[in-house]
Amino acid sequence: MNHDDHGHGHDDHDHHDGGHAPSTLKGYATGFILSVILTAIPFWLVMGKAFNNSSTTALVILGFAAVQIVVHMVYFLHMNARSEGGWTMLALIFTLVLVVITLSGSLWVMFHMNSNMMPTMHEMKVRP
Amino acid sequence: MSMPPELTLNPTAGADAPRYYLRDEHHPENGTLLGFWLYLMSDCLVFACLFAVYGVLGRSYAAGPSGADLFDLPLVAVNTSLLLLSSITYGFAVLEMQRKHLRATLVWLGVTGLFGLGFLSLELYEFAHLIHEGAGPQRSAFLSSFFTLVGTHGLHVTFGIVWLVTLMFQLGRHGLTAPNRRRVMCLSMFWHFLDVVWIGVFTFVYLMGVLP
Repeated sequence: MNHDDHGHGHDDHDHHDGGHAPSTLKGYATGFILSVILTAIPFWLVMGKAFNNSSTTALVILGFAAVQIVVHMVYFLHMNARSEGGWTMLALIFTLVLVVITLSGSLWVMFHMNSNMMPTMHEMKVRP
Repeated sequence: MSMPPELTLNPTAGADAPRYYLRDEHHPENGTLLGFWLYLMSDCLVFACLFAVYGVLGRSYAAGPSGADLFDLPLVAVNTSLLLLSSITYGFAVLEMQRKHLRATLVWLGVTGLFGLGFLSLELYEFAHLIHEGAGPQRSAFLSSFFTLVGTHGLHVTFGIVWLVTLMFQLGRHGLTAPNRRRVMCLSMFWHFLDVVWIGVFTFVYLMGVLP
């Protein structure tokens, strides 16, 4: 429970709603400016063909996306370890574990299925 | 609870009366926001599955057009900016709500809705253009998964706009009451969540789709 460890234990409904800290203009502005930068750079990298190697570009823009998702979570969705007594964070971590398993598992299994089971063009030609 | 609690008590067990006292009544909004967050997390799993489908099928062109042939990155950039701008204007609406300015809240919500509509129209234009070029969802596995993923996101934005308009009518009629403030916060989470999903879409689908 979210009580009494930071001065005002009860939720003051005149100022904020549902146990979230009140939003501030500074928070939204910081999040917005960071998001603009973190969006512009990947678009520039791809449209300006900054790297010759596709997989380098892919890894870099995936990194930017991950950072931008964290920025949105913190500044727009007001995620922190204390909101709702930590239950939102717990649910988020659980979901992230499932998302990672779903994505990496699907890609890994299906990639190997493709490379091991798909007939190559050569095999298809010699088939009767 | 419609029935006064003392009516349900056994009269001989007067000492148990305090356990009917609702200790948590002073913050009843927490339950809704946490529950809504759990819904968003389950929605996140829906999108994770669709991303996985796109990840598996995204390069199965069936000798049809590829992402590099089809995607118009400047259009996607405009779309991304519209959604990002709608996020910050929703933030302004929340700030005005905290200051108890009803009219300013409604104005910013309206601006958010307009940005959302702009996003949807560009996306529908893009879909119509693709289908017109013969690159509809039935053309290849790549396009099927593309239309499913991006279409599901667009459907969410559509419902977000329907909810937004409903909320504006509720605010106009009842003002900034506690239930309405709670609704604004729920839609705020929904709207920002859609922007988070869009980060994944423009990176994973569009930007990585045009890479050679």
